[in-house]
Amino acid sequence: MLIYDLLVSPFAEFEFMRRALVGISVLAVGAAPVGVLLTLRRMSLMGDAMAHAILPGAAIGYLVSGLSLFAMTTGGLIAGLVVALAAGGVARATELKEDASLAALFLISLALGVAIVSVRGNSVDLLHFLFGNVLALDNETLVLIAVVATVSLLTLALIWRPLVLESVDAGFLRSVSRSGGPAHIAFLALVALNLVGGFQALGTLLAVGVMILPAVISRFWSRDLTAMTVSAVAAGIVSGYCGLLMSYHAGLPAGPAIVLVSAVIYCASVLFGRCGGLLRGLVSRRHLEA
Amino acid sequence: MARGLPALAVAAVAVLVTISAARAQAASNGDKLTVVTSFSILRDLVREVGGDRVEVSALVGPGADAHVYAPTPRDAKIVGAARLIVVNGLGFEGWMDRLVQASATQAPVIAASVGVMPQPPPYPPPLAGEDRVGGRSRYAAASIDPHAWQSVRNAQIYVSNIRDGLIGADPLGRQNYEANAAAYMAELAGLDADIRRAVATIPPARRKVITTHDAFGYFAAEYGIAFIAAQGVSTETEASARDIARIVRVIREQNIPGLFFENAVDPRLLRRIAAETGARIGGTLFSDTLTTAAGPAATYVDMMRHNIREIVEALK
Repeated sequence: MLIYDLLVSPFAEFEFMRRALVGISVLAVGAAPVGVLLTLRRMSLMGDAMAHAILPGAAIGYLVSGLSLFAMTTGGLIAGLVVALAAGGVARATELKEDASLAALFLISLALGVAIVSVRGNSVDLLHFLFGNVLALDNETLVLIAVVATVSLLTLALIWRPLVLESVDAGFLRSVSRSGGPAHIAFLALVALNLVGGFQALGTLLAVGVMILPAVISRFWSRDLTAMTVSAVAAGIVSGYCGLLMSYHAGLPAGPAIVLVSAVIYCASVLFGRCGGLLRGLVSRRHLEA
Repeated sequence: MARGLPALAVAAVAVLVTISAARAQAASNGDKLTVVTSFSILRDLVREVGGDRVEVSALVGPGADAHVYAPTPRDAKIVGAARLIVVNGLGFEGWMDRLVQASATQAPVIAASVGVMPQPPPYPPPLAGEDRVGGRSRYAAASIDPHAWQSVRNAQIYVSNIRDGLIGADPLGRQNYEANAAAYMAELAGLDADIRRAVATIPPARRKVITTHDAFGYFAAEYGIAFIAAQGVSTETEASARDIARIVRVIREQNIPGLFFENAVDPRLLRRIAAETGARIGGTLFSDTLTTAAGPAATYVDMMRHNIREIVEALK
C-alpha cells in the first residue's frame, strides 16, 4: 500500500500527472535517438545551442498571437533551422569553423529572444519561455509531441544508414553516395523539431535535457547503436517518471526535477557503467596487471 | 545706443510677461488645495470629496503595485509641495513615512483608514500535511491586512476621514466638502446594497473562490464570500506537482466553483487546474490599484462593481 501511494497513486489520482508522464515519455521516444546520433556525431553541444536559438522564433510567435501553440512552434522551428543552416553556411563560406559560428549565432538569437519577450511581456512570461511547464500539458501540446515523435522516428528510419555511415566514416559515404548532405540537413531539422516539442513541456533551457542526457547515459551501457538507442529512450522515460514523482513528493519544480534525475543516472553511469565506467576501468586494469 | 533701446524694451516686456504669467499660474494653483495620496484608489476617493477645490495626485499611479513601490526624488518634491497628504495606513505603504520625512513637508498627514476595525491578514487555511518552508508563510510577516477599502463600509469611513482632513487643511471649503462627501456616501451606500444583492443571487454553497490574491480579506468578511488561498501557486516561483495536486484536492474537497488567479500565473496551468476540477476560471479582479480611464476599473466604484460582476459570473 505504501509503495502504491509512493509510486502509483499520484498518477491514478491526478490527470495532470498522467498527462505529464505521457508527454515526457513520448518526447523521450523521439528525442533520445536524435540525441544518440548527436553524441555519435560529436555534436552534443549543438543541441544546447539550438535550444537557445529557438527562443526568438517562439517569442515572435508569442508577440503575434500570445501563448498560441501553433504560432510559437512554427516560429521556434523556423528560428532553429535558420540558425543551424546559417551556421553551416558561414562555416562553409568563411574560415570560421561550424562550432564557432554556431556559438555566435545562438548568442545573438538568445539575446534577441529575451529582448523580444521583454518588449511585450514581463519577467514571468520570460520564465514560462525559459522553463515551460510539463504539468500543464493540454490536448494540443500532447498531439504536437506525438506528431514530433512520429515524424522523428519515420525520418530517422529513412536517413539512419547515411547518418551512421557519415558519423563513422564520412569519406567512405562520400565515395559511395551523395546522400550525406541531405541527410545532415534533415537531421538538423529533426533536432530543431524535437527541441520545439520539448520546449512546450520543459522550456528552452531544459528541452535539450531529454535529448542529450539519456543519450550520454546510454553510451556507458552499450557499444551497439541499437542497444544504445533503446537504453537512451528507457533512461529518458525513467527520468521523466522519477522526476515527476520527486516533484510530487518533494515539491520540486517538475522540469528541473526530471533533468536532475537524469543527472543522477548519469553520475551513476559514469561510475558503474558497463562500457567505460570508472569502476569497471579500475577492475579491468587490475585484471590485466594480475 | 539708440538702436539698443528698443531691444532692451522688448526684453523688459518679455521678462514682465513671463513673470506675470508665472504669477497667474501660481495663483491658479494656489486656488486649489494640492493633495498627494499614496495610490490610485485614495486619489479617486479624495477627488470625489474634494471636487473642484482640490488638485490631487497619486504617487503610485494606476496599474502599479503600491506594496513594493520605491519612491523617486521627484516624489519627494511632489510631497514637499503638497498641503495635505493622505495615506491608507495599516502598514500598507511602509515607504511613505520615510518619504514624508525626507521631503521635510509641514503638511498634515492623514491616514484614511483610521477608525476601521483592522483584520488579520487572510492566512491560508490549514491543509492536510501542510509544511511551511522556513516555518513562516509570506503572510506571517504582517499582522494586519491593510486592504480595508475592499469593504464598501470601510470606504465610507475613509471618506469621512478624508472629508475631515480636507476641512482641516482648507476650512473655507467646508460646505463644499460636506456636500460632496454626503453625496458620495449615498453612492457608496447604493454600491454596498448592490454588492449584497449580487451576492444573494449566488447559492450559499457556491459562495467561495480559490485565489492567489491576498487582498480580499475585508471583502470576504463583509459580503460572505470565502476566499481560499491557492498556496504554492504564486507569481514568484514555479509550481511543483505537489503544489498543483494540493490545489486540485482543495478545490475538489471543498467543491469550490471559481478560480481567481492573478494574471501572472501561467494561463496553461490555470486551464489545466480548471479542466481537472470542473471549476470555472474567473476574470481579472482588481484589488489594490485602479486602471487607467480606458480600463474597467477607472474609479473605486467601477472597481467594486467590476469585481462583484466577475465573481457572480464565475459562481452563479
